[in-house]
Amino acid sequence: MSLAFSSVSHPGPRRDAATAARLGASRKRTDRIIRSLCLAATVIGLVLLASILITLFYRGFEAMSLRVFTHITAPPGSEGGLLNAIVGSLVQSLIGTAIGTPIGMLVGTYLAEYAEDSWLGNAVRFVSDILLSAPSILIGLFVYQILVLPFGGFSGWAGIAALAIIVIPIVVRTTEDMLQLIPNTLREAVVGLGAPKWKMIVLICWRAALAGIITGILLAVARVAGETAPLLFTSLGNNAWSTDLSKPMSSLPVTIYAFAGSPFEDWISLAWAGALLITLGVLGLNILARTLLRSRI
Amino acid sequence: MASASAALPQAASRRSSIFGDKVFALVCQAAGIFVLILLGALIIELFIAGLPAFRAFGIAFVTSTDWDPVRELFGAGVSIYGTIVTAILAIIMAVPLAFGVAFFLTELAPPWMRRPVGTAVELLAAVPSIIYGMWGFFVIAPAFAQYVQPFIIDTVGELPLISFLFQGPPFGTGLFTAAFILAVMVLPFIAATMRDVFEQVPQVYKESAYGLGATTWEVMKGVVIPYTRISVVGGIMLGLGRALGETMAVTFVIGNANRISTSLFGPGNTIASLVALEFGESEIGSLKLASLLALGFILFVLSFAVLATSRYLLRSRLKV
Repeated sequence: MSLAFSSVSHPGPRRDAATAARLGASRKRTDRIIRSLCLAATVIGLVLLASILITLFYRGFEAMSLRVFTHITAPPGSEGGLLNAIVGSLVQSLIGTAIGTPIGMLVGTYLAEYAEDSWLGNAVRFVSDILLSAPSILIGLFVYQILVLPFGGFSGWAGIAALAIIVIPIVVRTTEDMLQLIPNTLREAVVGLGAPKWKMIVLICWRAALAGIITGILLAVARVAGETAPLLFTSLGNNAWSTDLSKPMSSLPVTIYAFAGSPFEDWISLAWAGALLITLGVLGLNILARTLLRSRI
Repeated sequence: MASASAALPQAASRRSSIFGDKVFALVCQAAGIFVLILLGALIIELFIAGLPAFRAFGIAFVTSTDWDPVRELFGAGVSIYGTIVTAILAIIMAVPLAFGVAFFLTELAPPWMRRPVGTAVELLAAVPSIIYGMWGFFVIAPAFAQYVQPFIIDTVGELPLISFLFQGPPFGTGLFTAAFILAVMVLPFIAATMRDVFEQVPQVYKESAYGLGATTWEVMKGVVIPYTRISVVGGIMLGLGRALGETMAVTFVIGNANRISTSLFGPGNTIASLVALEFGESEIGSLKLASLLALGFILFVLSFAVLATSRYLLRSRLKV
């Protein structure tokens, strides 16, 4: 043992080959063990994803039928579907994204083109990043306070507002990142031709960053389509057919939440069907966004 | 005369373009200020709405373990305990896995494997939390009740000193299961941050270490980790921030009981799960509703502190 120690601390001509070989073998063994553990960690991650997807496909396809798309939610025991929830989710996610996107794009443009290192720019960047990771349930509580309480009740508009607030920071981040990738020579060329700055941004920079910005929008739709917590206190959910945005509105995640926690077999199986739909939609949008970004950059 | 009429429209167009520039810059700036106001309003609204609860119970609201709607006694103690315990336990479970994934993706995996595996792990982050809730409730909780928890009780639960952590019947739901689901949910966030910062280590540094005869693990331990240490901690804090506020997945599996159990297999609640469950049963203007909103304010302060720290630690990465 002491021999091994001395050969490490005083490497030189006196080092004996047997100790060196043993040391080398033990270093290689450690390396191999840790490599295998890392491989195992990756396999665990993939197995978890596979477990979620297999469960969803297995239980979801079992419950899937045309009725899911043609009937609205109904009391347990009667033939019900998810039509109102699907439509409600589509309406709220799409309008929410449509409202949040322009605001997010303007903020992202401000950060990339105007703010530079000003304190206001840094403050906006910081706040936007906090909003990006803030618990979504708090956004629900906030919208409840400013839109549900004063205007007399839960409504589709409140749900849309909550989702729009979630969309903004996602679009801000991708817009700023994408604008920053544009080489300054392009900007200089445009300004050199005599174009005002706003034309340079709107006609050239936004167009050059288009693929990235669309990616951000797709990711934002995917994110809000699966949000449950902010809708619990805003659009609440509605078991009747309603496209009136000033009334409570149904949505897939809230319906899944209510049905999955119920004791009724047919409601639980409808929840699985809804879960499969929403996961396919969200993962599909994510993959689409990724391919889009990769093909353009 | 001719030169004057030629100069005139030019000047007009310049004036209009300067005007356009000013308006566009102002609109962009206003949008930025709107985001500032949004977060400011969120903090203030939650605080004002929670004020009746803070007034009624004072600072003891934060530590009190009461939650008794009949006697109108409310306290945040149990849910703050549950929030912090599940989040930290989740991080303890997720960090080794995330490190393994990031190490594998940056140093070990053959190049053709990196993108598909990386995408798969990132897709884990895209799965909505309600899906994690259902998966946890219908798949993980029964499996834990039948296999994992009895196994832990028979092995680790027999050890002195820490056996109290694993007492009680294996119901499958509870703090431990909630922490496990949270770990799966934050794993992709931490792994993605680690992978990104590991990739930023200059190739020359790594090559010099390899040139000295270091093994892959020794390069990781001696070069990559010291170089990226601060950002790695930032990534972990980002995961912690996410775990603190997660609602739906936790609500399904935590057991929803308002008591502090020393056993990790016992039921509990978190701020987010308590708010999600009890909100629908609170009347407008009641002390209960104010208490729930006060809980929201406390959750905001907690996650703000964690997220702000994370962002500070990750600032070098953000500037790249």
